[in-house]
Amino acid sequence: MGFVGTAVKRKEDFRFLTGGGTYTDDINRPGQVHAYVVRSPHAHANIKKIDKSAAEKAPGVVAIFTGADYAADKKGGLPCGWLIHSKDGTPMVEPPHPPLVADRVRHVGDQVAVVIAETRDQAKSAAELIDVQYQELPAIISTGDAAKPNAPQVWEQAKNNTCYDWHLGDKAATDAAFAKASHVTKIDIVNQRLIPNAMEPRAAIGDFDRATGDYTLYTTSQNPHVIRLLMGAFVLQIPEHKLRVVAPDVGGGFGSKIFHYAEEAIVTWAAGKLGRPIKWTADRSESFMSDCHGRDHVTHAELAMDKDGKFLGLKVSTTAAMGAYLSTFASSVPTYLYATLLAGVYATPAIYAEVRAVFTNTVPVDAYRGAGRPEATYLLERLVDKAAREMKMDRVEIRRKNMIPANAFPYQTPVALQYDSGDYQSTLEMALKASDYAGFEKRRTDAKAKGKLRGIGISTYLEACGIAPSAVAGALGARAGLYESAEVRVHPTGSVTVFTGSHSHGQGHETTFAQIVADTLGVPMESVEISHGDTNKVQFGMGTYGSRSLAVGGSALVKALDKVVTKAKRIAAHLMEASVADIEFKDGAFKVAGTDKSVPFGQVALTAYVPHNYPITELEPGLDEKAFYDPLNFTFPGGCHICEVEVDPETGVVQVVKFTAVDDVGKVINPMIVEGQVQGGIAQGIGQALIENCVYDNKTGQLLTGSYMDYTMPRADDVPSYDVQTHNTMCTHNPLGSKGVGEVGAIGSPPAVINAVLDALGPVGVSDITMPASPHRVWQAINTVKAAAE
Amino acid sequence: MPTVSMTVNGKAVSADVETRTLLVHYLRESLGLTGTHVGCDTSQCGACVVHVDGKSVKSCTMLAAQAQGAKVATIEGLATDGKLHPMQEAFRDNHGLQCGFCTPGMVMSAIDLVQNNASPSEHDVREWLEGNICRCTGYHNIVKAILAGAQAMRK
Repeated sequence: MGFVGTAVKRKEDFRFLTGGGTYTDDINRPGQVHAYVVRSPHAHANIKKIDKSAAEKAPGVVAIFTGADYAADKKGGLPCGWLIHSKDGTPMVEPPHPPLVADRVRHVGDQVAVVIAETRDQAKSAAELIDVQYQELPAIISTGDAAKPNAPQVWEQAKNNTCYDWHLGDKAATDAAFAKASHVTKIDIVNQRLIPNAMEPRAAIGDFDRATGDYTLYTTSQNPHVIRLLMGAFVLQIPEHKLRVVAPDVGGGFGSKIFHYAEEAIVTWAAGKLGRPIKWTADRSESFMSDCHGRDHVTHAELAMDKDGKFLGLKVSTTAAMGAYLSTFASSVPTYLYATLLAGVYATPAIYAEVRAVFTNTVPVDAYRGAGRPEATYLLERLVDKAAREMKMDRVEIRRKNMIPANAFPYQTPVALQYDSGDYQSTLEMALKASDYAGFEKRRTDAKAKGKLRGIGISTYLEACGIAPSAVAGALGARAGLYESAEVRVHPTGSVTVFTGSHSHGQGHETTFAQIVADTLGVPMESVEISHGDTNKVQFGMGTYGSRSLAVGGSALVKALDKVVTKAKRIAAHLMEASVADIEFKDGAFKVAGTDKSVPFGQVALTAYVPHNYPITELEPGLDEKAFYDPLNFTFPGGCHICEVEVDPETGVVQVVKFTAVDDVGKVINPMIVEGQVQGGIAQGIGQALIENCVYDNKTGQLLTGSYMDYTMPRADDVPSYDVQTHNTMCTHNPLGSKGVGEVGAIGSPPAVINAVLDALGPVGVSDITMPASPHRVWQAINTVKAAAE
Repeated sequence: MPTVSMTVNGKAVSADVETRTLLVHYLRESLGLTGTHVGCDTSQCGACVVHVDGKSVKSCTMLAAQAQGAKVATIEGLATDGKLHPMQEAFRDNHGLQCGFCTPGMVMSAIDLVQNNASPSEHDVREWLEGNICRCTGYHNIVKAILAGAQAMRK
C-alpha cells in the first residue's frame, strides 16, 4: 500500500537484465522458414521485368513472391487511418500502398519481392540472384521543391505532388491582427527529417494453422489490436476471430512501431500460402530505408506584436513531407498534431496555419516521438526568441508577458484545443532558478576566458497528448476510436491479472499499472501481473503512442478496478450480513462502518469463485471486470526546458554542459519512471538539435545516412546528465489526474538547445542556424560571418 | 561445415556451423541464448556484447569459428541462483534500462569497464560507452548505474 507516487523498482527488469526478455526475433515456430525482402535500389523507377529463375534454384529456397503474385491474389493495400480534407473540401489524395509493388518503385527500399528459404542466409543469398530490370525515372526528394510546377510527379493523381492543402484558424481575424501590428517577426524554419531508430529492428513472424484456419502474427508493434484490425479487415481480409496478433517484448518504438508495415502483411499472407511459419527480421540497414521516418517540415511563419511585444497574431505556412506513400497516421501529424499546438503556452488571440502535405520519393514519414508537437514547439520557441531580439526585449520577459496565466483555465485557444490545466509561470520560474539563469553571464565570461562561446536557451512549451477523445478525433478525420480498454481479473486466491490494451515497449507499465492495482485493492505488488500485447488475451486495445498509456489506459484500469470494488463490496456485505451502503473498503479489507466486522479482500475473491454462501440470485459468481475509457479531452503537459551549451569556435563542436527541465505531467505514479522518460526524450531532442539528420542525395534519391556509420545517434558522450524536476497540476478530466510524460522531453528540448547555440553565437554575429547544429554547420556559420566582416 | 567447440557460461558446447556464422547467431540460434541481441549490421550499437576470454567483444564482429576453444560469457550466465550480479542489480536500482534491448550489451560492456578500471569517473563511463547505443534512457541512468555497479563490484 502506498505504492502510487513512489519510485518502485521495475517488475520487468529482472527478465531484461538476465537475458530473459522475449522479443519477436527470439521466437521460433516449429517448421519455420525465413523471409528476405528484395528492395528497390532506385528512388523512382518502372519495374520492367523480374527474373527469379536462378534464385528459385538456389539452395534452401522455398518460394519467391513478387508484387504480381500479391496482386493476383487480390489482396489489399496498407490503409491510412486519418482522412484530411483540403481547404476546398476535397479529400486528400490516397494512392495505393501495396505491400509488394508490381509496376513502379517509389523510394529506395520499396518492397519488390520476398524470398522465403529454410535459413535466413539462404534467403539472403538467393535474393542476390533475382534480376530486376528497372527503367529509372526522375525523382523528387526535396520537400520544399515537391509542389513546384516542374517537379517530377510521384503519383499521377496527386497534382503538384500535393496530398492535401489544409488550413486551420481564422484567416480574417489573423489578417486584422497583422494590420494593427507595430512589429512583425518573420522566420523560415526547417525541421529536418529524422530516423527513429528504436534499438530493436522490426521483425515479424507469420503463422498459419491449417487445421483451424487461424493466422497468428508475432510482430514488433506498439498496438497489436490496431494491426489486427488494419491487416485483417483492409489488407488480407482475414476476419478478426481467425487472426491473432502478438506484440511480445518490444525493444523501443518512439512511434515507428505504431504503423502497419508491409512485411507484417507479407509474412502473414505467405504463411497462409505455404502453410509454414515465416520469420522476417530487418537488418539495421533495412530499418533505415523501411521504418517510417519523422518530422521533415519546411515552414515560414510570422508573428505580429504590438509595441510592447504582446502577441497579436501568428501566421504559419508549412510544407510537410509524406514520403512516397501514406503511412498509417501520416496525414494527422502535420495537421491535428501540429497546427493545433501553435498557440503553445501563449495567449495569442489569432492564429492561421496552412499546411501542404507533399509526396516525395522517400521513405514514408509518420509519427516519431512527439509527432507534430516538436515541430510546433520548435517553430514557436525559435520565433519567440527572434521576436525578443528584434524587439530588444529580454527572452524571459517576452515569454512572461504573453503566457496564458494560471488562473485562465480552462483556456480555449484559437486553434481548436481547450487546455484544462497548467501553470506555465511556475515551471518557468522553477527552471530559471534550478538552472541558475541569473548567474549565467558570469559563466559566459568564464567560458570566454577558456576560448569557448557559452550560451543559454529557453523553451517554454506545451503539448497535447493522452490521445484522444474519439468523437473529436472522428470529427477531425480519424477513422478509428481512440479509447483504451482494461480488464481486471481477480483470481480465486486473490492474486490479480490485468489485461491492458496499452503496450509497454520500455515505459514500465508492468510496474506503474501494478502500483495502481496494489494500492486500490490492497494487494502486494507481487500478486499483480500486467498482461499486454496479445489480441487473444486482451479484449481490445488501441495501444501506446501519443503519451496515452497512463492517461487513457490507466484511466480504463481505474474504471475496471472501480467495478471490481463495487462488486466485491456486495459480496462482502452478504458475508457480513450488512447493507452494501455500510461497507467500507480500505487497506485490503472490507469493513462494516462503525463495527469491528471485517473480511479481507482475498476471502471475498475466494467467495466469488466458491459461491457457497453467496447472493446468487442477485450477483453472478466470479470477480473479473472489464472497462473501456474514452477520454473527454486531450491532456496538456507543459513546462520549461533550459539548456546551456559551450561552443568551440575553432572546431564548431557544441557541447551541452547543462540541461534543466521542469515539466508538468499531472499526477505521477512512479517518479523514477517519469524522470527516465523525460531524460530519454531530452536525449532524442538534443540528438535532433545537434547531430541527427536523415540525408538523401537530392538527385538520385539514395539514402546517404543509411547506417549507424552515417546517421549520428546520440551516444553517452554526446549528452550531459540532466536536472529533471516536475511541477504538476492535475488533469481535470481523467480519474487519475495524469497527463502523460512519454514525449515531453523530445518536444521541449530541441528549441532550448538551438536557442542556446544561437545565444552563444550571437556575440560573433551568427543569428540563424538549421538543425542539426553539427560542428560543420556551426563552424561554417561562424566563418561565413567572419569572411563577410573581413 | 566445421565443428566449433567452446565454453559458454561455464558449459562445454559443440556444434556444426557454417563458416560464415557469426558468434552472435551461433549463441542465439544454435544455443538458444537470445539475451544477446542484434541491433545493427555495422558493429556500432553494442547490443551483442559478450565476453570472450574475459574481454568484452561485439559478437556480431566475430565468427563463431574464431571463438573455437574460448570461454564465452553472455548475459544469461551472470546471475547465480537467481541472484543478480552487482552490475545487473545496479541497473535495476538506478532504472538504467527501459525497453531492455540494449541492456545485455550495456551490462556486459560495463562489467568489462570495471575490470579494466575499478573506479571509473563519469567521464570514463561516457567514453567507454562509445560503442553501446541506447535510444530510451538518454544515458543518464545508465551512467549512474555503472558508477554504482563499479562501487558495488569493488566491495
